[in-house]
Amino acid sequence: MSPTPFLVLSALLFSIGAIGVLVRRNAIVVFMCIELMLNAGNLAFVSFARQVGNLDGQVAAFFVMVVAAAEVVVGLAIIVTIYRTRRSASVDDASLLKY
Amino acid sequence: MIAFWTLAPIMIICAFGMVLARKAVHSALFLAVVMISLAILYADQEAPFLFAVQIIVYTGAVLMLFLFVLMLVGVDTADSLIETLRGQRALAAAAGILLAVLLILAIAQTTIGTVVGLQRANLDGNVPGLASLLFSRYVFAFEVTSALLITAAVGAMVLAHRERLTPKPTQREVVLQRMQDYAAHGIHPGPLPGPGTFARHNSVDTPALLPDGTPSELSISRVMRARGTVRSVAGEAAGPLQIEAPDEESEGGEE
Repeated sequence: MSPTPFLVLSALLFSIGAIGVLVRRNAIVVFMCIELMLNAGNLAFVSFARQVGNLDGQVAAFFVMVVAAAEVVVGLAIIVTIYRTRRSASVDDASLLKY
Repeated sequence: MIAFWTLAPIMIICAFGMVLARKAVHSALFLAVVMISLAILYADQEAPFLFAVQIIVYTGAVLMLFLFVLMLVGVDTADSLIETLRGQRALAAAAGILLAVLLILAIAQTTIGTVVGLQRANLDGNVPGLASLLFSRYVFAFEVTSALLITAAVGAMVLAHRERLTPKPTQREVVLQRMQDYAAHGIHPGPLPGPGTFARHNSVDTPALLPDGTPSELSISRVMRARGTVRSVAGEAAGPLQIEAPDEESEGGEE
């Protein structure tokens, strides 16, 4: 099976994730949308790995997973810290750096 | 092939559900479906190692972390519907759709050569193949990854750590405070009654019955009362003491 359908699916998932990041206000849901975008990228990596016929794409997907895991840990810790001081998980409320 | 055409619609629907769900917990569950489907697609594309890692790391660890933080931060923090920038949502949605159209057009207009497949690369097995790549060509990136992981762990601990600003009250101070509250405001110094005591059910949504048969407000969590999920005990509150037949009593005890 040619990788084109997989790439189209990956593009759609990436766009849906991007819409979510732009539209949602809850910081945790924004984070989930970022995860969706990273996963869409992984799907493209894996599809291209099969198309090209070597495992480098799968190694790249593996590294993306590692970085995503680290990012989730730090990001959620930041969300918890912001929630503790401001009692809100909305991205609109954390705007103090503006002033 | 079948796996793809079955899973692709499910994934798209669940991704939209994740973006559109009002409650963050529902978003997390939709994301779980997308990630498990992705794992199956990886298995379909000759990536068994990534299939396992996807399930273990994403649906196992990352989503658990998400749900854990959701419970910590408050499940019912709903999204505010007030737009801080006017028309931002519509514009964002339009931009996202444009991005999708652009990407799909780009993919459609690209000619991709014949599929080589991974039969040769996976000749020794997928995991040994990945390992030999990781520890030869990508060994530096692999080492940097370990530094990243340890930095992330330390950073999360520093961020989530909270300094105690006031000294911890001793047991003696707690007791004195309770007795003072009782003397000044009449607050009951003992523990609160547990739910379900002397009621028909012992679940947490059943208020305890006081000796006169009325339900005790203190025995139910404030959250459950606010959500209106408290079970009514009007039928069970017998009022004056009745002596029941022994077989009925054993039936009630089993529930």
